[in-house]
Amino acid sequence: MAALTFEQIHQKIAAKFGDAIGAAQPPKKDAFCTFAVAKLVEVGRAMKADPDLAFDHLQDVTATDHPKEGLIRVVYHFYSYTHRHGFCAKVELPRAQPEVDTLEGVWKSANWFEREVFDLFGVTFKGHPDLRRIMLPDDWVGFPLRKDYREAGGYQGISNIRDNPLDLYLSLDKACRPEPVAPAEPATPAAPVAPAAPQKGEA
Amino acid sequence: MPGADRKGYAHDPGASSAVVTLDTNVLEKVINWSRASSIFYMLFGLACCGIELMQTGGPRSDVDRFGAVPRASPRASDLMIVAGTLTYKMAVRTKLLYEQMAEPKYVISMGSCANCGGLFQLAYSVCKGVDKIIPVDVYVPGCPPRPEALTEGLLRIQQIIQREKHKAKFRPTGPEPIA
Repeated sequence: MAALTFEQIHQKIAAKFGDAIGAAQPPKKDAFCTFAVAKLVEVGRAMKADPDLAFDHLQDVTATDHPKEGLIRVVYHFYSYTHRHGFCAKVELPRAQPEVDTLEGVWKSANWFEREVFDLFGVTFKGHPDLRRIMLPDDWVGFPLRKDYREAGGYQGISNIRDNPLDLYLSLDKACRPEPVAPAEPATPAAPVAPAAPQKGEA
Repeated sequence: MPGADRKGYAHDPGASSAVVTLDTNVLEKVINWSRASSIFYMLFGLACCGIELMQTGGPRSDVDRFGAVPRASPRASDLMIVAGTLTYKMAVRTKLLYEQMAEPKYVISMGSCANCGGLFQLAYSVCKGVDKIIPVDVYVPGCPPRPEALTEGLLRIQQIIQREKHKAKFRPTGPEPIA
């Protein structure tokens, strides 16, 4: 069975799920389409089970934040090792309360990907067996990859401010300042270089 | 000054009464020489500087020449080399490891990241220098420093140890200026 193109895969799942599958977007780099949030797991299961598609691998789950649209888009990359073809899909979630069903029941690799998206974007994956932060400490405040994230100002009493060394130097009493290093002598212009002797083997 | 606030191991006057006739200067020199020649550093790397730290312990710039060998436990180490980007999550653990080391203990801050946050100092998760959490004796600049530079840092630690007076309340801080 040969690898399918993006359009073939899109037609195939759109024929089966109809409105749940959005139109194929004009590709800027990679073609993608949106999935309806409620149908995501169902579509995923079908894509894995269909022998023509056989998406046996979930490559990546990540997200993008769009504050002006009020959306967080979760991005899924599927891949089939059987047929050597891939597919990219997104789901659109409201920024105020981003929630989507977990794909962990379909592809095990979704477990840590979804924890990462939860850690950095605060997307809740309903039905995830172990949804907690994966990289940042458990008591971290906020979701750093959201566009409106502001640093909390250090962590557990560790200051996040480092003084400018130049300001420190200027704040010293003049008598205490280290001696400034004398500027180097301006280099004398190089003497005109004699034409190089012909190299051995050039002649 | 980093390290200045560290209380040394105060000399116990009661214990010395039995050896009043001993030339403590010579004794001190011998003790310091032996301590400086057996610095065990903690096997502890955080990022790419850790690779350079391994190279420093490796056969080319073999710091075993100076008696420095890695130890896998903070309890048995004299020197902590903070090699690499220190995140806030790791900073808490680094402080714990430092507290687990027995006195006298020394710290080398290796590379730009450990010195001040370096390339990543504007990142939300990176600690702006290891001296925010523990006192540092020697800063080794570089990104990452070459093994020669780290070896130089180790020799500076040896200098600090050799200048220590066991009667002094505080340890001398910082290496001697370059002649």
